Amino acid sequence: MGGLTKEYVIRRVAMFFLTVWLGSTVIFIIPRLAPGDPVAAMVSRMINQAGYIENSAELIETWRAKFGLDGPMYVQYVKYLWGLMTFDLGYSLSQFPQTVTAAIARGMPWTLGLLGIATVLSFILGNTVGALLGWRRTPKTLKTVLPFTLTFTSIPAFMLGILFIYIFGFGLRWFPFSRGHGSGLDIGWNWEFISNVIHHGTLPALTIVVTTMGFWALGMRGMMISTDQEDFLILAQAKGLSPAWIFWRYAVRNAVLPQVTALALSLGTLVGGSVLVEYIFAYPGLGYLFYQSIVNMDYTMIQGIGFMIILATSTTVLIIDLIYPIIDPRITYQKK
Amino acid sequence: MMAVENDLQANTDIPSTGKAPLKVNRWDNPWLNRKFLSGSALVLVIILFGLLGPLFWDTKLARVGSAELNMPPVGVTVEVDGVKYVGSMTNPLGTESNGRDILASLMVGAPMSLQIGILAAVIGMSIGVVLGCTAGYLGGWADSVIRTVADAWITIPALTVLITMAAYVRQIELSTMALILAVFAWPQPTRLMRAQVLTLRERGYVRMAQLSGVPPLKIMIQEMVPNMLPWMAASLSGNISANILAASSLEALGLGPTRIPTLGMTIYYSIRAAAILRGMWWWWGFPILTLVIIFVGLFLIATGLDEIANPRLRGVQ
Repeated sequence: MGGLTKEYVIRRVAMFFLTVWLGSTVIFIIPRLAPGDPVAAMVSRMINQAGYIENSAELIETWRAKFGLDGPMYVQYVKYLWGLMTFDLGYSLSQFPQTVTAAIARGMPWTLGLLGIATVLSFILGNTVGALLGWRRTPKTLKTVLPFTLTFTSIPAFMLGILFIYIFGFGLRWFPFSRGHGSGLDIGWNWEFISNVIHHGTLPALTIVVTTMGFWALGMRGMMISTDQEDFLILAQAKGLSPAWIFWRYAVRNAVLPQVTALALSLGTLVGGSVLVEYIFAYPGLGYLFYQSIVNMDYTMIQGIGFMIILATSTTVLIIDLIYPIIDPRITYQKK
Repeated sequence: MMAVENDLQANTDIPSTGKAPLKVNRWDNPWLNRKFLSGSALVLVIILFGLLGPLFWDTKLARVGSAELNMPPVGVTVEVDGVKYVGSMTNPLGTESNGRDILASLMVGAPMSLQIGILAAVIGMSIGVVLGCTAGYLGGWADSVIRTVADAWITIPALTVLITMAAYVRQIELSTMALILAVFAWPQPTRLMRAQVLTLRERGYVRMAQLSGVPPLKIMIQEMVPNMLPWMAASLSGNISANILAASSLEALGLGPTRIPTLGMTIYYSIRAAAILRGMWWWWGFPILTLVIIFVGLFLIATGLDEIANPRLRGVQ
């Protein structure tokens, strides 16, 4: 199995659990620190909307029991952790009796699709641009044109999203600017639906790709410049290999390794940015669900989605960390 | 005696060859880095805009209902349902549907955003310096613990937890927001400081100080910190930028101080009022422009400081 040692795997898995535990603890503590208790706030809000929710009395009873408000803090904490581990995230407050897990299950595919595709595209494009910029033998014309693709790096993703909606959605009407798909379509694996989804997802994905590309490009350029001085490149040239082969198979292949680490580290930021992009585009993923639950003060949903996002991010980082020794065996030798 | 590492100007003791004395290039100073200066200029413009702006323009116009609603900026005429709205100099950047003047909102909001960012970054940086120096200098189990916690903290999606925290603390003031942001502002400086301390710990002058019996704290403050200043400044600049971004993201979701028209809150109100679809580009356009200027400026400062600190990055000047 490549360079995977038992020690490495154990370390990474332990880190995974530590991260998830830390994140969920922070989410747990903060509401308890804020003045007033969440259940009382929920109850008063429900009383204000009297008649809107059936069985409100039973709901309050269940919540008091579930939150264990009579019990001391550590009892609540243990119950909370237990609930997280069994994925019992409770009921949504604003859409009772729907469970939080069901709502998340509906939104998760959209977020995974958008974020997954956008991140992969951005990584590939950004690293390619950076590699071309850092390579000595790229034609001058390319070197002057390419930096323009990176002009949007400093704009936060959601602000560029607003700009895109205005220009492309509102102005030029090339793309729809909200929702994940049009209405009145057969949902399923037919071409009409899939093309509609792609049409709706282009602007959000484009926003994420354009703003995060610069980060990869900058790093890759630096890595290429330092890889340029390696001996094996001189050997490759002496062997008479074609420049393209040297570029891709020798230089890029080695320079991209730290970028993979950077990908794992920046995943948290990427996820945060995509939450806002979904909010701007009303894209029916976890991010938009998150925003809606904030507006509806649906605290269980907020907690549940927060936890799911932390879990998903940490899992992805773990997978990347476990794949990394297979592509770069050097990392297991560094520990000695 | 502090050992300081930086390159000084060219010396003037050049042996005479009978020709005119060589000119000394006084612009060689590494601190006169082009990126650093242009970045600082941009940020300075925003700061001056916020500080001196109220002297020239009435910031009371940033209050709700103080100007005509939905006016476009000066020189722009918008026609809606046959009614012409003509921009005028009374509201050079237009107004929004709450009656706030955009120029006044920017003058009030831009310093606020900078303040939040700087405050959160300073708090995070302080924690980072303390933890990083401790971890790097002491080594051992303290190092392992701090490093592991910092690494785990970086992996947690910061904005998600920030949103969760802010959603509960409904009455958010500036200081509360800065404290919330500082929760995630400390891991990066910690890692950076730790790496720096590990490098500097092996230097000759630090060894000398250790052999002379100087206590560790004094070594850290007198010997190491002055040499880490360019890196600390670059890290601080990046930190401020990240915090301003996080703050405006939180505000754009509506989780910011509701009574002050900070840049993020202005964008939030514009989204709430569907300003994008109503064509009122000035409402969200100018705050975005201000934020972009701030981010570009801070990014240039950070890159410039990186080049100052690491001569290898400087390239041909």
